[in-house]
Amino acid sequence: MSALVKLVNVSKRYADAAALHPTNLSIEHGKTTVLIGPSGCGKSTLLRLIIRLIQPDSGSIMFEGEPITPDNIDMLRRRIGYVIQEGGLFPHLTARANVVLMARHVGRSQEEMQPRLQELCDLTRFSENLLSRYPVELSGGQRQRVSLMRALMLSPELLLLDEPLGALDPLVRASLQKDLKEIFARLQETVVFVTHDLAEAIYFGDEIVLMNEGRVIQKGAVTDLRDNPADPFVSEFINAQRGLVSL
Amino acid sequence: MNRISKAGTEQKGESGNQESRNRNSRIPFLLVSRLPDFLLIFSCLPIFLIHSASAAPVVIGSKKFTESYVIGEIAKRALTDAGLPVEHRQGMGGTIILWQALRGGQIDAYPEYTGTIVREILKSDRPLSLNEIRDSLAKSGVGITEPLGFNNTYALVMRRSEAQRLGVRTISDLQKYPELKIGLTHEFLDRQDGWQPLRQRYTLPQQNVIGIDHALGYSALANGSINIKDAYSTDAKIEQNNLVVLEDDLQFFPKYEAVFLFRLSMPTDAIAVLRRLQGTLDEQRMIRLNAEAERTKNYTRAADSYFEHHAGSASAVGESFSHKLARWTLRHLQLAGFSLLLSVIFGIPLGIVASRGGPVGQGILGFASIVQTIPSLALLALLVPLPFFGISVRTAIAALFLYGLLPIVRNTASGLQDIPRSLRESAIALGLSPMTRLWEIYLPMASRSILSGIKTSAVINIGTATLAALIGAGGLGEPILSGLNLNDHVTILEGAIPAAVLALLVQWFFDLLDRVLIPKGLRL
Repeated sequence: MSALVKLVNVSKRYADAAALHPTNLSIEHGKTTVLIGPSGCGKSTLLRLIIRLIQPDSGSIMFEGEPITPDNIDMLRRRIGYVIQEGGLFPHLTARANVVLMARHVGRSQEEMQPRLQELCDLTRFSENLLSRYPVELSGGQRQRVSLMRALMLSPELLLLDEPLGALDPLVRASLQKDLKEIFARLQETVVFVTHDLAEAIYFGDEIVLMNEGRVIQKGAVTDLRDNPADPFVSEFINAQRGLVSL
Repeated sequence: MNRISKAGTEQKGESGNQESRNRNSRIPFLLVSRLPDFLLIFSCLPIFLIHSASAAPVVIGSKKFTESYVIGEIAKRALTDAGLPVEHRQGMGGTIILWQALRGGQIDAYPEYTGTIVREILKSDRPLSLNEIRDSLAKSGVGITEPLGFNNTYALVMRRSEAQRLGVRTISDLQKYPELKIGLTHEFLDRQDGWQPLRQRYTLPQQNVIGIDHALGYSALANGSINIKDAYSTDAKIEQNNLVVLEDDLQFFPKYEAVFLFRLSMPTDAIAVLRRLQGTLDEQRMIRLNAEAERTKNYTRAADSYFEHHAGSASAVGESFSHKLARWTLRHLQLAGFSLLLSVIFGIPLGIVASRGGPVGQGILGFASIVQTIPSLALLALLVPLPFFGISVRTAIAALFLYGLLPIVRNTASGLQDIPRSLRESAIALGLSPMTRLWEIYLPMASRSILSGIKTSAVINIGTATLAALIGAGGLGEPILSGLNLNDHVTILEGAIPAAVLALLVQWFFDLLDRVLIPKGLRL
C-alpha cells in the first residue's frame, strides 16, 4: 500500500495561534480517509494545505513522492478535485459551464466533453435537463451534485471533500450520503473527506483520522479508535456521539 | 471678467470617427468574457479627434463678455477678408486665462484693455504709457496695437429713478447713503484696481457688499435687491436698463483703452490686418455694436455691421436652432463619452489593484477621492496652466476623466472584494490561472457593481461637461453659459433641458446595458 499524499512535519500558524502543529500523515491510494474532530481542530486546514490554498510554515507535502511547490501546484490541482460545504459554484455560470470550466480551459473540445458530462450525470444522479440552470435555480443537494461533477470532470486521482454535506437538510443529506458512498465504490479513488459527524465518518471511512487542537490524535479503523484509544480525548469524542451511533 | 456673452456660433465640431470593430464572437466564450466586449462597445462611441492640422490658422481668443466676442469676430472677419485662415475661440474666460493662452501659443491674439494690462498683467501700481507697456510686453514675446478708439472703463451704475430721488450724481455722493446695497462682479471685488482701493479713495461707508454674476447683477439691480453695481462704460445694458453712470469725480478708474495683444511671432500680414483696425471704433460705435449683438444674439452679424460698406456676407446668417442643438449635443456626447472611455480604461485596472488593499490600494482610492473633492471649476482652472492642456478640449476631457475615475475605481474594488472567499478559493483550487480567474470569474461576478460605477460616472460626466463651455470646449454648456450671461432664461433652457434629457437617456441606456452585460445567473 503506497501513499498518494504524504505530509512531512507540516505546520501552520495563523497570527499567534497554531492551526496545525508539525504533523506527519499518509493518505493511502484508493482509500477513503476521513478527517474528523471538533471545530477548529485543524482538519480543514490540513485539506487546504494539500490543495495549497494556504502555504505551510514548515515541512513539505508530497504528491506521488514529489514535493508540492508553487511551481507545480497549478498542474497538480488539475489532478485533484475539491468540493466545499457551500458547493463553491460560480453564480454567473450555468451548471454545465461550471462543470466544464476547467476542461474547456485545458482545451477539451465540446465533443470530448459531452460523453464525460453524461457519464457524470449518471454517476451523480443529476438530470441532464438541469444542466442549463444557474446555481440559484438549483436546490442545495443539486448544487452539491454539480459541484461533485465539477470536481470529477478531469478524472482526478485525488478527491478532497470539505464537509460536502454540512449545509444540507437531513433527508437530502441521507440520500446524498448513499449516492456518494456508491460513487466512491465505483470510482475506487483516493478520497479525503472532512466531517465533524462521527456517523458520517464511520459510514464513509476506510481510515479515520481523529484530530484535536491542531494535532492528529489517532489514525486507524473505527474499531481501533474504540478499542485502543490512544488518548482519553479519543474515548471522550467517541462517547459523546455514541448515543447516536451503534458501534 | 464676467460680462455678457453668447457662446460660439461657428465652432466646428469634429465629427467622430465611427469606428466599429468586429467582435470576437466565439459563442461559448461570450458568456464569460463580456467585459472586454463592453470596452469595445465604448470604443464605438464617437471619438473626438483633437485637431486636424492643415495650414495653421491664426487663432483669435476672446473673453467671456459681449464686447470681447464682437471685437474677436471683427478681427476674424478682417483676417478672413485678407485671405488668412482664422479661428475664433470665443469666451475663453478671464484675463489670466487669455494671457496664459497667448503666452502658451494656444491663441495668437485677443482684445484687451490698457488698464487691465497695467494692473493685472504687468502688475504695476502706477499708470504706464503705451510705450512703456509695449516694452514690457515685448519681454514676453507679446506685441500690442495702438488703441482701437474707445475707452471702456469701469463705472458704478444705479437706477436712474433712484439716483434722481436721492440726488446721487457722483461716486462721492454715495458717502451720504451707507444703507445702499452694492453687488459687484467677483473679478471687480478682487481686482487691484477694484473695490477695495475704490472704497478707500472715496471712503465709502457701505457694508452690504455682495459678489454677483455680471448679468444676474442687472436683474438684481432692476428688482431692487441691490442699489449699485459695477459696469463698463460701453455696456449696452446701461441704456437698455435706464441706468446712470456715477461720475468718477476723483478720477480713480484708470484708462481702459481697447487694444489687441498678439504674439510677436504671428505672421506679419496678420499683424498688419489687426493694425488696420486701430482708431476705427469709437465709444458710440462700440455701444451700438454691443447693443446689436445682444439684441440679435449673433456676434458675427454684429461684427459684420462694422464692415457695413461691404456687402452682407452669407456667413452672417444665423444657424438654425436644430442645427445648433445637434452640434452642442454631439460635442457634449464627445466630451462625456471620450472622458468616460478613458475613465473606464484606467478606472477598472486601478480598481483591480485597489481591491487587493495594502498601501498601493489605499493610495489609489485616496487619490481618486481627493480629486472628487476638488470643485469642478477649480479643477479646470488648475489644469489650464499646465503645458499640455491650456485652453483646449483636452483640458475639459482630462478634468471629466479625473472626475469619472472615483466611482469606477471604487465600485470595481468593492465589487471584487465582495466576492466570497469560498468562491475565490474554488477558482484557485480548480487550477485556473490568475488571468483566467480575473477575466472569467472575478470580473463577471463584479460586473453589476462595476457597471453601476460606470453608470454613475456617465451621469456625472453629462452634468459636469456643461462646465466645459467655460474654457471654450463647447457642448450644451454653451447655451447655459450664454443664457446666464444674457440673463435669458430661454437660452439657459436650450442647454439645460437637452442636458437633463441626455442624462436620462444615458441612465436608460445603461439600464439596458445591464441586461446585456451582467451575466444572467447574477440577475435571477
